[in-house]
Amino acid sequence: MTTATKTDAALFEFALRMGDNAVVLAQRVGAWCGHAPAIEEDIAFANVALDLIGQTRMWLGLAGEIEGKGRDADQLAFLRDARAYRNALLVEQPNVDFAHTLMRQFLFDAWHHPMLVALKSSADARVADIAEKAEKEARYHLERSEDLIIRLGDGTEESRQRMQAALDALYPFAGELCAADALDADLAARKIAPDLGALGERYLAYLKSTLADATLTAPVGAAVRKGGKQGLHSEHLGYILADMQFLQRAYPGATW
Amino acid sequence: MVTAQRHGEQIDRPPPPAAARPAIDQVWSWLEEVPDPEIPVVSVVDLGIVRAVDWEGDDLVVTVTPTYSGCPATAVISLDIAESIRRHGVEKVRIRSQLSPAWTTDWIGAAAREKLKAYGIAPPEGGARCVGDLKNPVVECPRCGSMATEQVSRFGSTPCKASWRCRDCLEPFDYFKSF
Ligand SMILES: [Zn+2]
Repeated sequence: MTTATKTDAALFEFALRMGDNAVVLAQRVGAWCGHAPAIEEDIAFANVALDLIGQTRMWLGLAGEIEGKGRDADQLAFLRDARAYRNALLVEQPNVDFAHTLMRQFLFDAWHHPMLVALKSSADARVADIAEKAEKEARYHLERSEDLIIRLGDGTEESRQRMQAALDALYPFAGELCAADALDADLAARKIAPDLGALGERYLAYLKSTLADATLTAPVGAAVRKGGKQGLHSEHLGYILADMQFLQRAYPGATW
Repeated sequence: MVTAQRHGEQIDRPPPPAAARPAIDQVWSWLEEVPDPEIPVVSVVDLGIVRAVDWEGDDLVVTVTPTYSGCPATAVISLDIAESIRRHGVEKVRIRSQLSPAWTTDWIGAAAREKLKAYGIAPPEGGARCVGDLKNPVVECPRCGSMATEQVSRFGSTPCKASWRCRDCLEPFDYFKSF
């Protein structure tokens, strides 16, 4: 009985982490809709945001089901405060310019895809099913991100400088995605989620080779910026949620 | 007296009596008439969205799978399926969503691919397993048949499509991406 309760609490948190990464990043890239430098890229980010919102609904739906208190995906997305959000700090970082937006997406996709591939073998069938669905979408996102990082990194002098500046700013946030805490260790021991240490090694090796193709250099010795997974966020998340949650806060229970 | 013609409307399929339970094959043939809301030349069965049809007690259960997890058409498709079945006289219908096995364009049959092409959408090329190896698929222009085409964006007007253009007839076109 104790074991079951503990598993459920950890799995609830884990589903929030996966869902919150997706919803916060979707909100960030969705902000480009109507503003991207080219219509094809505008459409691309709108579609990426849409996939991520679909994935949010699956993960937060699962979280609500595990919690068993009647909260659905909408309630979890729209009625939790920043301190209760469990996304990694990377995804809440500002858009700044298109280079920062693409670099943030690349650093996320490069982790997200192998993470979902690993989760397809989860001991929890509900997690495995969501991962099987989301993995195909994440792979498609990663293919685009990788292509653009290389083309713009190994592009004009200006595009290279902008991509390098984005990498310098965002690379310190990449480490949190693979930084395991007690909860991650617990889920890995139960075969519900993968060992983040091993995943992290592959992640860093992939980043190294792709950034080399893009003629970009990851900053050396930068301290890993983390805390989001435990609910300790940068000031940016509050603004994102104020925007995203406004309607439900101002008009509780409003529906379409 | 009941006539076959009322207000000029053809009644071609009278609802079955309440006690009659339509055969599963019959239900599949109804669903083959339910168009995809965004690409109405193909049905929800053509696209492989309907995974199973079963009687569970008195309930008719239709199992569907989403194409893309955020596809806004998913909810409309479920409503359209339920409405079609009720129109054929079955009142107790439930739509069940299933994520695994994940939807793939491999489930789109040859006839449906031809319908897409005739509608101006290039059908998916190659097997979906190749997604990672198929960064530059060779796609035939659905308008002029030229193979001299190029990708404009990996994404398009709906989640299932990418934007392409033809270098011969110069027309832009949608490509139903292999997934
Ligand atoms: Zn052509």
